[in-house]
Amino acid sequence: METWKQSKAVFWTLATPGTLWLAIFFVAPLAIIWGLSFAEKTSIVDTEITGTLSNYIRALGTPVYLKIIWKSIWISALATLMCLIIAFPIAFVVAFAPDKWKPILLMAVILPFWINLLIRTYALISVFRTRGFVNFGLEWLWDGANSILAFIGLGPAVLGAFEPLQMLYNNFAVIAGLVYVYMPFMVLPLYATIERLDKSFLEASLDLGASQARTFWSVVFPLTMPGIVSGIILVFIPCLGSFLTPDLLGGTNATMIGNVIERQFKAANDWPFGAALSFLLMYATFGALALRSLFAGRKSGMEV
Amino acid sequence: MDLYADNDELFAKLKEGNPGYDVIVPTNDYVERMLTANMLEPLDHSQIPNMANLDKPFQDAAFDPGRKHSVPYMWGTICVGWRKSKVDGTPDSWKVLYDDDKHAGKMSLLGDAQNVIGHALKYLGMSLNSKDPAEVKKAEELIIAQKKNIKVFADDNGQDLLASGEVDICQEWNGDILQVMEEDKDIGLVVPKEGGLLWQDCLCIPKGAPHPMNAHAFLNFILDGEVGAKIGEFINYATPNAAAKKHASKEYLSNTSIFPSDDIIAKCESAVYLGEDATRLYDEAWTRIQAA
Repeated sequence: METWKQSKAVFWTLATPGTLWLAIFFVAPLAIIWGLSFAEKTSIVDTEITGTLSNYIRALGTPVYLKIIWKSIWISALATLMCLIIAFPIAFVVAFAPDKWKPILLMAVILPFWINLLIRTYALISVFRTRGFVNFGLEWLWDGANSILAFIGLGPAVLGAFEPLQMLYNNFAVIAGLVYVYMPFMVLPLYATIERLDKSFLEASLDLGASQARTFWSVVFPLTMPGIVSGIILVFIPCLGSFLTPDLLGGTNATMIGNVIERQFKAANDWPFGAALSFLLMYATFGALALRSLFAGRKSGMEV
Repeated sequence: MDLYADNDELFAKLKEGNPGYDVIVPTNDYVERMLTANMLEPLDHSQIPNMANLDKPFQDAAFDPGRKHSVPYMWGTICVGWRKSKVDGTPDSWKVLYDDDKHAGKMSLLGDAQNVIGHALKYLGMSLNSKDPAEVKKAEELIIAQKKNIKVFADDNGQDLLASGEVDICQEWNGDILQVMEEDKDIGLVVPKEGGLLWQDCLCIPKGAPHPMNAHAFLNFILDGEVGAKIGEFINYATPNAAAKKHASKEYLSNTSIFPSDDIIAKCESAVYLGEDATRLYDEAWTRIQAA
């Protein structure tokens, strides 16, 4: 059998562009930011890498930053969970749809990517705001109900005047915004695993007398676990670093750690501290991923 | 031409070297900040004869002595914008926004540390540019106590919130409110009696500008009387240009929303660059305000 060792020329030709890309646009910038996290400001524009830990000590030693990081984690976790709950049925429908419908349904999932994130977030504002589309719709239903009640003789405006829902500028809006934006990242890996799922397992389970719910939890769920895990990673990590969504949709206490980091690079002009905060998130993410592969490794060992 | 969202973005861009800009438009305190960082090219006044057109107070500037590095483009204030049908009387004090729950849930403040804290300081009778940690702390406590009544810290879109009925009172740059006032007669604008921020957007040439000759010619063009009048009337900001005022309409010049009265202006303050330590003081206070 031929391996890459026998055709080194081909291997290197194919590997070089990707490696260079990663080195220049991923490793190098990250290395710079990592270096900055051990730096001190010496003037308004200059920083000097002194190996100081003061940025990390400031981040970990000030309760307010830990509080914001904790808040970011639970907001992202909630958004990821919502994504999972909503995306599972969508992925199922797409995977079980007739072949000629699949490309169209998949397209519908990916379509929002054609519009920039910023524009979509602004669109959400006009959906959720006090005089937005949701409230217009509700008001229409409300008035309709009122006139029906009046018609059947219960008197005018039984329900009273419509009070618009306050859906914008709170945590609900932030989570809704994150779910909306990152949903495709959950649907696609789920779809990929459900698509590959051998449907005869489902038939076997149902034939052997398991209920639909039992079949889902004991057969579908474990078999689609890889898709669920990649979906969670693909959604949770960008949620954790988001700053645009809380900025535009959040209220007065919506700040997430991404906003604090953004400010360090702009208004606060404190790049070393911003770098340290960024890398705290990176360390946490790497740690979680390492734990996961450790866990996955042990599990596959058991199954063999 | 490049657009930037705010002064901080411009500063961050120039920090790593001039990406090819000939002319930039920073606000006064950022002119000072950029001078400290040695980012600005000295101007050759002989190439900008129209500098003589400037109003007396704008011929010189505390943040740029002798106007060696900047010429003023437009000036204005930070004000209170309000919906007349929802608010009794004129909200001519910062108290309405910072220390009052009459319009709870229907108010917005700006979205950046220096302006939100600065005007709280102004309301408390202190300087907008205070570097005293105890004073900043007082402002922080005032804002945290008021937070429950504030709907959102609006990053420069208070005028949209006001226009769409999301809020009834907001803190905004005067020109932004003026723009929505044109379409909605129910919106008003006032600079509170405690005074507010007086800002001055300036035209500067950054170090390393590829075409300094053209840049000077452009600055001179902008300072032309007729050009200045047209720009001012179009964007509804106050011109610092005496020659432009001769060309401008009476309606523009007599609009107190654009040109506030002299005794209000006397109470306003320009933001100065506070230094890096105070910048950190404000940022940390702002982080605590947001997390509270």
